Amino acid sequence: MTIATLERASIAVPTELARGRGGGGPASKRVVVAYGFWIFILSDMVMFSALFAAYAVLRDNTAGGPTGAELFDLRKVFIETMCLLLSSYTCGLGALSAERRQPARFLIFAVLTFVLGAAFLFIEVSEFAGMVAQGAGPSRSAFLSAFFTLVGTHGIHVAGGLLALVYLAAQAIAKGLRPAVLRRLLCWSLFWHALDIVWVGVFTLVYLMGDYH
Amino acid sequence: MLGKLSWAAIPWSEPLPLLSGAVVGIVILAVLVVVTLKGWWPYLWREWLTSVDHKRIGVMYLALGLVMLLRGYTDAIMMRTQQAIAIGSAQGYLPPEHYNQIFSAHGTIMIFFVAMPLVIGLMNLAVPLQLGVRDVAFPVLNSISFWLTATGALLINVSLVIGNFARTGWMAYPPLSGLAFSPDVGVDYYLWSLQISGIGTLLTGINFVTTILKLRAPGMTYFRMPVFCWTALCANLLIVAAFPILTATFVMLLLDRHLDMHFFTNDAGGNQMMYVNLFWAWGHPEVYILILPAFGIFSEVVATFSGKGLFSYRSMVWATLGICVLSFMVWLHHFFTMGAGADVNAFFGIMSAIIAVPTGVKVFNWLFTMFRGEIVFRTPMLFAVGFIVTFVIGGLTGVLLAVPPVDFVLHNSVFLVAHFHNVIIGGVVFGALAGINYWFPKAFGFTLDERLGKASFWCWLIGFYLAFMPLYALGLMGMTRRLQHIPDPSWRPLLLVAEVGAIVIFCGILCQIAQLYVSIRTRARRLDRTGDPWNGRTLEWSTSSPPPAYNFAVLPRVETIDAFWHMKRTGRPPSESAYEAIEMPRNSPAGFVTAFFAVVMGFSLIWQIWWLAILGFLAAATVVLIDGWSIDREHEISAAEVAQMERAR
Repeated sequence: MTIATLERASIAVPTELARGRGGGGPASKRVVVAYGFWIFILSDMVMFSALFAAYAVLRDNTAGGPTGAELFDLRKVFIETMCLLLSSYTCGLGALSAERRQPARFLIFAVLTFVLGAAFLFIEVSEFAGMVAQGAGPSRSAFLSAFFTLVGTHGIHVAGGLLALVYLAAQAIAKGLRPAVLRRLLCWSLFWHALDIVWVGVFTLVYLMGDYH
Repeated sequence: MLGKLSWAAIPWSEPLPLLSGAVVGIVILAVLVVVTLKGWWPYLWREWLTSVDHKRIGVMYLALGLVMLLRGYTDAIMMRTQQAIAIGSAQGYLPPEHYNQIFSAHGTIMIFFVAMPLVIGLMNLAVPLQLGVRDVAFPVLNSISFWLTATGALLINVSLVIGNFARTGWMAYPPLSGLAFSPDVGVDYYLWSLQISGIGTLLTGINFVTTILKLRAPGMTYFRMPVFCWTALCANLLIVAAFPILTATFVMLLLDRHLDMHFFTNDAGGNQMMYVNLFWAWGHPEVYILILPAFGIFSEVVATFSGKGLFSYRSMVWATLGICVLSFMVWLHHFFTMGAGADVNAFFGIMSAIIAVPTGVKVFNWLFTMFRGEIVFRTPMLFAVGFIVTFVIGGLTGVLLAVPPVDFVLHNSVFLVAHFHNVIIGGVVFGALAGINYWFPKAFGFTLDERLGKASFWCWLIGFYLAFMPLYALGLMGMTRRLQHIPDPSWRPLLLVAEVGAIVIFCGILCQIAQLYVSIRTRARRLDRTGDPWNGRTLEWSTSSPPPAYNFAVLPRVETIDAFWHMKRTGRPPSESAYEAIEMPRNSPAGFVTAFFAVVMGFSLIWQIWWLAILGFLAAATVVLIDGWSIDREHEISAAEVAQMERAR
C-alpha cells in the first residue's frame, strides 16, 4: 500500500504502519517508548565501550602488582555467568507471561530472575572483597582500576536493574498488567538482556583473555 | 559534617569575584522580589517551571543560553583586557591564579552552557513544529533535561563565590587535573556540573532521535523532512554516540581524584594520553553537534529569504550524514603532537581534510539557492550571508591545521584560538542568532525589531573580525594561548585591535538586549497575525503564532518537501469538521524538583559532604520513581474546545 492510497483510505492512519520510511504518521506509544529505550541502551553501550577501551589500554599496566591470571577464579566466574544468562531466560519467560496477561506466572518468573540476578551480584561482590583483602584493590594499579571500574559498573547496572524489577513488579501488582505497565516491563527486559550482552564481553575480554594472558 | 566546606571557601581577599557574585545575587534577589510582589509565582509555576511543552522548554533553554552568554562574555573581555595591558613590565590586574580560572570557565561555559542550550533550545522550539506533530516523544523527560542543564549552569556559577573553579583549561587534562596538582574543589566543580548537565544532554539526544525517527506527520517520509530536522537528527545521534564517552571519561577522572585510582595518574601505570584520546573522541563529534543544527538553520533561512526551495536538497542531506559519520574519525587532529607517529597522523590529517568536502557541498548549496533568488535581507539572512563568508575562512584555516607538519608549528598558539572562534562564532553563534530572529515571531507572536537586529549583526560581524583576525597573525608570530602576561611588546598593537573587537562585539550584545526590549514594548505594532511572517516554506509557519499548546488542531498531511509552500500554492486548509479530541501530556513538576535535589547532590559531591549527597541522590531518585508510578499522564482537549480555540485564532 503506498502512502497516497493510505491517506485516502482512512482518517485515522493505522499507527502500526509507521515504520520504514515513515509515511504513516506518528508511531504507536509502545513503539515510541521501546524505541526510545533502545536508543538509551545504545548510549549505555557506548559508555561501556569507553570503559572496555580503557581496560584494553591499561590491562598490562600492573605496576608490579598481581595480574589477571593470578587473581581470576574462572570456575567461580563461570557459575556467575550462568546465573546471569539463566536470569535472562527467566526474564524472557516472564515477559511472555506478562504479554499474555498471566500475572501469577509473571511474578514467579520475576522472583526467579531476581534470585538469579542477586546470586550473580553476591558472587561478584565476594570476588571483589577477596581481591581487596589480598591487597589487590582498585588503587593498587592501573590494571585493577580499570578492572574494578568496568566490572563494577556492570555490577551497579545489575543492582539498579534488580531494584527496578522490584519497583515494576510492585506496579504490576498494584495496577495490573495494563498497557502502561507492560511498556515499562518491555523496557526493563530490553535492559536486562543488554546487560547480558555486556557481560559476554566482560567474560570474554576480561576473564577468559585475562586468564590466558 | 560539612566536608571540605568552611568560611575559608569564600574568596574574601579577591574583590572581583565577590563583587560580581554580589551583583548576580542582587539581580536574582530583585527578580525573586518582583515575582513575589506581583504574584507571578502561580503563573510561573504552572506555565513555565512545570511545563512540558516543547515550545516553552525551548524558550527556557534560549533564555539560559543568553544569560550565560553574558557570563561567558564577561570572562572573555577580562582576558582580552588583561592581555592588552599586561605587556612587558606591566603585570595587569589579574593574578595568574585568577586568570587561569577565567579561561577555564570561559571555555566550559561557552561550549556547555551557551552554545549547547542555544542549539538545543532552537531544536525544541522548531523540530516538533516542522515535523507537524504535537510534542516530542518524551515530554517529561524533556523538562528533566532542561532542568539538569540549568543545574550544571548554576553549580558553575556558584564556584565564583564559594570555592574556586578549575585552573586547568576547559579540557581539564590530567595529570594537571588530577588530585596531585589540583587538590582543591575547582576541578570537582567542573566535573560534577558537566556530569549532571551531561545527563540532561544525553536524555535530549535520546528524546529527539526518537521524535524525529518515530513521530512525524502523516506522509512525511525521511526525504520530505525539512533540512533543520535532518541536521537535528544527526546532531542528536552524535549526542547519543558521543556524550556517554565523556561521562565515562569523567567517571574515571573522578575515581582517580577521590578513590585513589590510576587511570590517568603519573604512577602505578596510569596513562594520561588515554584521557586526551577519550576526551576528543567526544570532543570532536561535539563540535558537529553544535554546527550541524546551525547549518540546518541557515538552510531554512537562505531558502526562505531567497524565495526558492533549497538547491539540491538531497545533496545537503547526504552531506549532513557524511559529516555525521566522518566526525568520529578525526579526533586525533586535536593532538598531532602527542607522538603517535607519522602513519597515524597522516590518516587523521587526511580524514580531517576530507570533512571539508561535504561542508563545501553545503556552501555551494546555499550559494546556488541564493543565485537568482529574490533575496530579502532581513536580520536572519544577514547572519546567513555573514556566516557563509566567515565560516569559509574558518574552514580553510581548519584544513591548514589538519596538515600535521603545519599543526606542529601552530599547535597551542593563538592561531588555533582564532580558528575555533572563527567557526564557533561565525558558525554556531551566528546560526543561533539567525535562528532566534527567524523563529522568535513563531514563539511569541510578534517580530523582532529589524533596525536593532541589523545593528547587532554588523557589530557582531565587525567585532568578530577585529577580535580574531589579529590572533591569526599573532599565532604565526609565535604567541601561545592562555598567556597571563605578554613577554613581547611588539604584539601590543594587534592585541589592542583584538580588545577593540571584543568591545564592538559587546555593542552587538547591547543591540540585542535593546532589540528585545524595544520589540516587547512595541509588540502591539508588530503582531504576527498570519502565523507566517516570512512567507515560509515549512510546517511551523502553517499554524498560528504563537501556536496553541497542541500545535496543530489536525495533523497536516505532507505530500512534498517544503510542505507548507506546497499547501499555500494548492490551497488546502484543514477543514473544521475533522477536529478530534486531542490528548496532551499533563504538566509535571518532576523536572524542576529533580533538578533541585540534583543541585543539592552536586554541591555536596563537590564539597564532599557525603551524607547530604546521598540524601540528595535518594530524593531525586524518589521523585523519578513517584513520577514513574503514574499511569494517566495525559489530559484530553475535547473536539469542541479545539474548534473554539481554532475559531478564536
